[in-house]
Amino acid sequence: MHLMYFTEQPMSAYPEEEGRTFGATALMFSNRFFDPAAGSRLYNEYLEHYRLAEAVGFDGIMLNEHHNAPFCMQAKCNIFASILAATTKRVKIVLLGNPLPLADNPVRLAEELAMIDMVSRGRLVSGFVRGGGQEQLATGVNPAFNRERFEEAHELIVKAWTQPGPFRWEGTHYQHRVVNPWAVPLQKPHPRVWIPGVLSKETIVWAAKKRYPYIALSTAIEATKKIWELYDQVAAETGYAGGPEYRGYLQRCHVAETEEKAMENARQFMWMQGEFTGLAHPVWSTPSGYFSPSVRTAFVEYAVGRRSNPRGSAFEDQIKNQMIVAGTPKTVIPKLRRLMEETRPSILGFWGADGFVSSEDTKTCIRLMGEEVLPALREIGKELGLWSPFEANAPVSMAFREPAAPAHERAAARHAAPLEVS
Amino acid sequence: MSTIAAGWISETIPIAGVAMPVARSGDGPPLLVLHHDIGTLDRLPFYDALARRFTVLVPSHPGYDGSQRPDWIRNVRDVAAVHQWLLGELAIARAPGTVSVVGLGFGGWIAAEMATLAPRAFRRIVLVGAMGLKPDRGEIADQALVSYIDYVRLGFADQRAFDRLYGADPTTGQLEHWDLNREMTFRIAWKPYMYNPALPHLLGGVAAPTLVVWGRDDRIVPLECGERFAKALPRARLEVVEGAGHFVEMEKPDALAQLVTDFVRQGEA
Repeated sequence: MHLMYFTEQPMSAYPEEEGRTFGATALMFSNRFFDPAAGSRLYNEYLEHYRLAEAVGFDGIMLNEHHNAPFCMQAKCNIFASILAATTKRVKIVLLGNPLPLADNPVRLAEELAMIDMVSRGRLVSGFVRGGGQEQLATGVNPAFNRERFEEAHELIVKAWTQPGPFRWEGTHYQHRVVNPWAVPLQKPHPRVWIPGVLSKETIVWAAKKRYPYIALSTAIEATKKIWELYDQVAAETGYAGGPEYRGYLQRCHVAETEEKAMENARQFMWMQGEFTGLAHPVWSTPSGYFSPSVRTAFVEYAVGRRSNPRGSAFEDQIKNQMIVAGTPKTVIPKLRRLMEETRPSILGFWGADGFVSSEDTKTCIRLMGEEVLPALREIGKELGLWSPFEANAPVSMAFREPAAPAHERAAARHAAPLEVS
Repeated sequence: MSTIAAGWISETIPIAGVAMPVARSGDGPPLLVLHHDIGTLDRLPFYDALARRFTVLVPSHPGYDGSQRPDWIRNVRDVAAVHQWLLGELAIARAPGTVSVVGLGFGGWIAAEMATLAPRAFRRIVLVGAMGLKPDRGEIADQALVSYIDYVRLGFADQRAFDRLYGADPTTGQLEHWDLNREMTFRIAWKPYMYNPALPHLLGGVAAPTLVVWGRDDRIVPLECGERFAKALPRARLEVVEGAGHFVEMEKPDALAQLVTDFVRQGEA
């Protein structure tokens, strides 16, 4: 198992009633409601939580980013990744991830990620995402070319990481006279790439073809099973067997000393529920061209208020279908066992708290997870044979069929017993 | 266009590897009508009124109204060049200076680009609430920030006209249709949104007399853009239609048809 801690880094210190009056807490909800004094306090609390997560035994810290919305204060995951690279020792720094289409210069991203990998001494996992719908508007990037830009930027970054420069890049969206970043990643052949997602079949198929683990973001168990069915089918067609080492899952999970406290705090997961978490604006979250044509009908109806968010549902339903898990260590472990038995992931991210949950309660949650829940999950993982990509020594991709390792260790290992490279 | 009204025929003409649907009706001098960013309804009283005096040609812009979406078309000038090529394929419009054009909104921008690409191609030009120029003071309303229904409604001064044409609560099919058209608009006009900074510098070469028409209550493209078109084009005048918004041809079809007919027929042999 690879067990990660995650928070959206909510900016809970904003006047909630203003958001309700405005009707959305996204994109154009004015940043005059942002309080930098609270922001400064919260950023530092989140850093404290990450360090605690490492201390109590989590394997990874999962980071993400969003723009123009209080549900997530991280506007650039590479910044927190840089801080954690220097202030943690052991945890993997798992970016899920950098929104590639928003980058006008993917080579710059390749450099930043290489720096994080070196500073962290080879602890980077570099996930890539398309960015949410409203992110395209927040950054002025054309939603109609989102997937084209994602795929081209990915190709350019992997090439910049793995092929000695200089080379020239003449793509559809990116043109570079000279690609020759001085900084390259410590991990060879390159840092692991994991692909998170919620809904788009295209992304699942793309990840499976690349042999990148796919991280399902808080989907319902039945939906998650369908994701793995598709992934495994594409894996088989591509020439490898899918399975636990390619499966990740982000679980909202709040643990407290009592059931009552856990349930009260878990309600905060509904703090900004809409798209993922925000009080989403139906138009801004679904710009034309961003969604797959297969779900056009659902999203045009959502955009004019004819159906509820295809992603949203009530708190009680989410507790019932385990999209939210809450309780004491004793009661959450069987629920998580069920998730592990039914969907067989080897990578589990735990989104511990949201909204107004206090820093103290969040720390209690992290501590109880580390002390009581994670050891139990590791045993269940062993029993069920859920080996993470690190434990299984899985290859980084179809293109580079070997595991990632820091350059010096790899050289030493080669010296001792050469790796088989196909 | 899925269905064709009485008196209209539809043909598909291959241009640059794209199957371009063109609806045609009437007889008389050729008149090309270029539709809005929201596409067009199959039949409009405005088109029928023009068909009484002209051979009216209404092509779908590539990627609009269900037509083939070519991957390589990535800006409005590409669309303008495709339409110029189309004219060359139509016997009635082939000779330079024989065809006149009515550009509606976004179609007005395409018409202006076509005129700058081939300054002697058109006999006469009518631009109605045309996009293409950056306003000095206001902004062109950004459909990316509003729903399909709100955007189209914004273009009507009188909401009853919207209700008559689309129904007070448009069908999901209509919404999907608008979404497809919006996606194509994003593909070609996302940034800068709805204008070409080079256009004001190139309009000075357009030889054809031009009538610039604006709805007084156009909330999508500010009237100041009409003033700028009239100033930048050497042989242009501005006509403002009272009681109309951006979609003048849907709100005041008879008044606009009359303006177009009077203007285009001037100087005919």
